[in-house]
Amino acid sequence: MSATAVHSLWTTAAEPISKIPTPKIEYGQLSPTLIIVGAAVVGVLVEAFVPRRSRYYAQVFVSVVALCAAFAAVVALAADGYGTTKAHIAAMGAIAVDGPSLFLQGTILLAGLVALFTFAERRLDPEAHGNRVDSFAAQAASVPGSEGEKAAVKAGFTTTEVFPLLLFAIAGMLVFPSANDLLTLFVALEVFSLPLYLLCALARRKRLMSQEAAVKYFLLGAFASAFTLFGIALLYGYAGSVSYGTIAQVVDGSVTNVDPALANTMGNDALLLVGTALVVMGLLFKVGAVPFHMWTPDVYQGAPTPVTGFMAAATKVAAFGALLRLLYVVLPGLRWDWRPVMWAVAVLTMLGGAIVAITQTDIKRLLAYSSIAHAGFILAGVIATSKDGVSSVLFYLAAYSFVTIGAFAVVTLVRDAGGEATHLSKWAGLGRRSPLVAAVFAVFLLAFAGIPLTSGFAGKFAVFKAAAEGGAAPLVVIGVISSAIAAFFYIRVIVLMFFSEPRPEGPTVAVPSPLTMAAIGVGVAVTLVLGVAPQYFLDLANQASVFVR
Amino acid sequence: MSFPLLTATAVLPAVGAVATAAVPASRRTAAKWLALLVTLATLALAIVVLVRFDPDGARYQLTESHAWIKAFGVRYELGVDGIAVALIALTALLMPFIVLAGWHDADPLETGSRRWRPTQGFFALILAVEAMVIISFEATDVFLFYIFFEAMLIPMYFLIGGFGDRAHEHGEEVASTQRSYAAVKFLLYNLVGGLIMLAAVIGLYVVAGNFSLQEIAQARANGSLDMATNTERWLFLGFFFAFAVKAPLWPLHTWLPNAMGEATAPVAVLITAVVDKVGTFAMLRFCLQLFPEASKWATPAILVLALISIVYGALLAVGQRDIKRLVAYASISHFGFIIMGIFAMTTQGQSGATLYMVNHGISTAALMLVAGFLISRRGSRLIADYGGVQKVAPVLAGTFLIGGLATLSLPGLAPFVSEFLVLVGTFTRYPAIGIIATFGIVLAALYTLVLYQRTMTGPVKPEVSAMPDLRVRELVVVAPLVILLIFLGVYPKPVTDIVNPAVKQTMSDVHKTDPKPSVEAAK
Repeated sequence: MSATAVHSLWTTAAEPISKIPTPKIEYGQLSPTLIIVGAAVVGVLVEAFVPRRSRYYAQVFVSVVALCAAFAAVVALAADGYGTTKAHIAAMGAIAVDGPSLFLQGTILLAGLVALFTFAERRLDPEAHGNRVDSFAAQAASVPGSEGEKAAVKAGFTTTEVFPLLLFAIAGMLVFPSANDLLTLFVALEVFSLPLYLLCALARRKRLMSQEAAVKYFLLGAFASAFTLFGIALLYGYAGSVSYGTIAQVVDGSVTNVDPALANTMGNDALLLVGTALVVMGLLFKVGAVPFHMWTPDVYQGAPTPVTGFMAAATKVAAFGALLRLLYVVLPGLRWDWRPVMWAVAVLTMLGGAIVAITQTDIKRLLAYSSIAHAGFILAGVIATSKDGVSSVLFYLAAYSFVTIGAFAVVTLVRDAGGEATHLSKWAGLGRRSPLVAAVFAVFLLAFAGIPLTSGFAGKFAVFKAAAEGGAAPLVVIGVISSAIAAFFYIRVIVLMFFSEPRPEGPTVAVPSPLTMAAIGVGVAVTLVLGVAPQYFLDLANQASVFVR
Repeated sequence: MSFPLLTATAVLPAVGAVATAAVPASRRTAAKWLALLVTLATLALAIVVLVRFDPDGARYQLTESHAWIKAFGVRYELGVDGIAVALIALTALLMPFIVLAGWHDADPLETGSRRWRPTQGFFALILAVEAMVIISFEATDVFLFYIFFEAMLIPMYFLIGGFGDRAHEHGEEVASTQRSYAAVKFLLYNLVGGLIMLAAVIGLYVVAGNFSLQEIAQARANGSLDMATNTERWLFLGFFFAFAVKAPLWPLHTWLPNAMGEATAPVAVLITAVVDKVGTFAMLRFCLQLFPEASKWATPAILVLALISIVYGALLAVGQRDIKRLVAYASISHFGFIIMGIFAMTTQGQSGATLYMVNHGISTAALMLVAGFLISRRGSRLIADYGGVQKVAPVLAGTFLIGGLATLSLPGLAPFVSEFLVLVGTFTRYPAIGIIATFGIVLAALYTLVLYQRTMTGPVKPEVSAMPDLRVRELVVVAPLVILLIFLGVYPKPVTDIVNPAVKQTMSDVHKTDPKPSVEAAK
């Protein structure tokens, strides 16, 4: 290529810049995300400039204020009608501000707030060298068991960077279900995944396991991201655009020619199918659906329990939100292709999660497999492809996330000399030592099992009803059978807690600070309220169940 | 708006349960008295329901209807027909006796024992079960019924698994293992049944668009709601499966002997006399009304299963070495009679079945509670450990005999009337089945009299020689039950008057009329 040709390339490439209009950003409508990102940045600055002894308080303060403010912003937007009549696509087509977005953002923010309480808990472990300690490593970079680690503990280092990390993750999760083009989707995916990989590695106890969990999660997550990205590229090749709306139009056949440069590939169904499969695969990885669930038990077990609770709840909410939008907005025209596949995935997920959970002996692994089974139930609602399907999934996600965070918060309380006593045998007779804690955990387990008068039942009923109305009756029957299988292992834990003899060397139940109590209390309250009087929240989910196109 | 009587009847024990649980641990006796008072107050309310109910009035009376979960089409709808009134009265009647009989069942054991027995919890759970049972008898919304039908498993599960007999022949470790096995078996059987019903409940909603029993039954009757034959059959099977587990019907019965064997006697009465009645009641109320055609389609198979229950339960009762398990198998046999009466599809059969539910509740309560008193004295459930009790404790033996005779349906005692009606009702339509079922009575005589003979007569065993007779508290429990057994045996009209109109309506739902007598009366 000659110099002039290169020059002309430069000049022709430079020319259109003057024609690119200033992007129009509706800051007000994006405020929930912006507040969280801003607070996360402030958190980083706090980490850099605030003295160590007041850092913890500053971080907790910033995070709580940010989460509350963002939630208030979501409520204000919803009250302003952005969930229904004013729903539209903001930020130059990148972000959809509509019912499902706002509902899921609200859920993620509240779940994040409750999870934050468990992050900030500092009374469970005895003080080390006169410093209160939380669930996180003093210095994550030091080798486990090394002199450096001991010195860090002795110096009273605390890992207050978990708070900005948490906020960054939440920011990504807020964007994920509202992303309206594939690139935004991918960026959001990475923004919330990377902090989570880090958080997984930060456990104070059992650090090797924690690091192993983080590496596994990172490697598998990176693969899933790569698949997603490759799928996005193929979809771009197919449709000539990464915007959801345009792809949907090309799939429908209403637009046939977007980009002359892609005339050779556009409309090639192979690209569409393979691309869709890869993108959906990435999302199914995040929700932990079989056969993309392999990371779940290891990561749930190894990660610090507050992080596990947060991941199990909020990641699922965000990822199902994104999955719903992708399937309902981009690919309704492809329904007859993806439904059979999703059927298979849902069946495998429900049965696989429930059956494998039976053999688990670790409470965190058990809850991990149970979360897989629940992902299957939610998929049943996704498959309904109806407005009821969307609203039932939204409701289920809200109900499920608070139960999950509450349940993992209870797990942090049951401790022995080695930290949390997660082996099930150690939970024997817990109901006699600490009736209240055991009773609360029993309530969560009954909610997981879907016993009436708990939120779990209302959610399960909603998704199964939507699935049955959507013509997926066999899926409902399989769901009911898996519920029965799942009930078996939830009940096994209850039996263990209440009817087994306590071990003499059994664990003790730590007395938490009001923070963890609040997290558990919110969990119980939401479980009972959504179980007995779910009408208001079902209405809310129902109003919020229309995607903007 | 009138006073919500039905809601109050269910809410009172629920509030009582919370209040009892909240009594401080040191005030154990206060909790017991509170529980007793609540059951008595509930009984008073149930009597008001009974009085206010007009047997010849509208089908569902004292109705209440409020919006509840609009998104699911669920309403809070209550209403009682004669069958429900009779069963609510039975439940409310038995509860004070159950509480009184279990007065010391949850006392803390002597110091040093590792067993954990929260007294308040025991009585709170009993009251919770009462509340849920009563509301499931009242619910005329399928979803509302389902919720409490399922939810009552949880308190029952803790009652079975958490509280056992004071003494056990194999030591506490074994007892605890057996108890939790029984509790888990109970819960899993019923939960699986319930979940299968859940699929059918959802299916019903998809077909009918709402959950109101009255609306759906009406739409079915006037033909505005058509169900495909197969759909109706699948839905029927989903519902029936859950009720058959609960009732329990052979071959889904195996949880009952475990549960009744391991639970304390009052809890065993709660299971068989109260909770299980919800299953047979629901067959009458939901299976027949919602799915009349499928009910008729399934009748032959169900009658055969019921027949097997009758004979098999009685045969196994004969072979039992454990007093409580014997009563459990006898109950399986009796539930066979009840289900047979329901599906014989004759007025006599269904009236008999309803009457049977009431009488079986009273007679089993009498027998089981006296058996419980007996077991608490000797510390063993094995028949072989007793002998000659009537010489040392004549009143105990006498009441045990009356309970036993009621169980074998001796004429003059209440169960006879109902068993006779069921057999007559079955015979007019299915003579062969009626004849075979009669053998159930013969076997009942065998197991009851052998039980009495081995435990009460013969030489006095040294271990029972110092056995005290019934105490005042125990007499207060047993005497009214015995009086009722005799009264309803001689004069069952009060119950049949309430039940009959409701049964006639159920019969008309399934478009069945009684067969004409085959032998015309001589003119």
